[in-house]
Amino acid sequence: MSKVWAVFRKDLLVELRTKDTLNSMLFFGIVVLVIFNFALESLRESIRPAVPGILWVAFAFSGTLGLNRMFASEKENGCLQGLLMVPVDRGVIYFGKMLAATVFMLVSEIIIFVFTLVFFNLTVSVEIPYLILVFFIGTLGFTAVGTLLSAIAVNTKMREVLLPLILFPVILPVLVNAVEATNIILNTVDYRALKLPLTIMSVFTIVFGTVSYLLFEHVLED
Amino acid sequence: MNEKSQSRLDAALGLALALGMILALYMAFIGAPREKTMGDLQRIFYFHVPAGITGMTAFAINFVASLMFIIKRNRRWDHLALSAAEIGVMFLTIVLITGPIWAKPAWFVWWTWSPRLTLSLVLWLLYIAYLLIRNYIEDPGRKALVSAVFGIVAFADTPLVWFSIRWWRDIHPTMLDTGGLSPSMRPAFLICWAVFQILLVYLLRRRFYLESMRGDLEQIERQVDATR
Repeated sequence: MSKVWAVFRKDLLVELRTKDTLNSMLFFGIVVLVIFNFALESLRESIRPAVPGILWVAFAFSGTLGLNRMFASEKENGCLQGLLMVPVDRGVIYFGKMLAATVFMLVSEIIIFVFTLVFFNLTVSVEIPYLILVFFIGTLGFTAVGTLLSAIAVNTKMREVLLPLILFPVILPVLVNAVEATNIILNTVDYRALKLPLTIMSVFTIVFGTVSYLLFEHVLED
Repeated sequence: MNEKSQSRLDAALGLALALGMILALYMAFIGAPREKTMGDLQRIFYFHVPAGITGMTAFAINFVASLMFIIKRNRRWDHLALSAAEIGVMFLTIVLITGPIWAKPAWFVWWTWSPRLTLSLVLWLLYIAYLLIRNYIEDPGRKALVSAVFGIVAFADTPLVWFSIRWWRDIHPTMLDTGGLSPSMRPAFLICWAVFQILLVYLLRRRFYLESMRGDLEQIERQVDATR
């Protein structure tokens, strides 16, 4: 556990000193919101039903940007070799990286959400704890499989281009349920209906957390 | 089995396939009765559904082969996994082409996001992603290992996709819960289904053979390079 923490802390420290990843994630998320504003101009007066979809597209796009950087900076600086030589289970590296990716995504999600409130003139109050729960579980599912696929993509010829191509088809269950859950909170307000999407997302996280933990060493093998 | 009996088996399979296809075409277009409401349109069913079942079978083979490769590290399993994925994508392409052709006159739309259609499309995308990954890794050992990992991920994803979308409005018929097919249509369906399965086996064998040769050639080339 302390080893997972060490990998996590390393990534967090690197990020706090450079701020490369978070800045680009945030900026891209905001750009996506602006694009949606123009794309859905005809809906502007009654945009609220579309907000869950807009939000999760922005989260997914900016999250993909973040995941792409999870291994890229180490690859470029030749540090991946060093990380692999650390005498720990490769699964530990996976969990550390996944935790870091989750924190980056959650931070940028919350800021993107604030921008969404402003851009689309929404008011939320009691919904906030529920929304944070959905963001948290959805993000866990996203990074559970995203960290594995990021490690796959970084070792190919195509690198950054490949990740979204292989990530989005796999991530579909999370996206569907996260949009559904956010829609329940923002639009239908029947909180009991939240149980099903949250359950499916949790099952997704557990399944791919386990699969990734078991298979991660094969992906990193050199 | 030695090479000679292998190629004899392939010849036998090819012959069975040629005869079976003629029989299947006859059964689907002439032997089977006209459907009451849809008329001749329904005959596309005899190709659409067997292609779907065969595609799923191919993906299941890909999963087993991927798993076996991770455990055994024998590159024959990787060759089988690749062959199954390619063939599965081909059969799913047939499903996704015949589907809209049938849907337009029957439902008056080319496409609807009903669970079955969505699942087929997502599966198609997943296994194209699998083939993409293979394209962009050069080292054969890494390629085999990484794509085996993705094969397992893609297969594990399938039930999760299904449980996420099965609540969507479904107008696609399911043969299982409507009591099945009318008995008069059953022989044509079973023959078409059997022929598609033979086609799967035949294509798998040929593709596997080709990939094995390519793999062997690659290895010999590397050995030659190493001794130079």
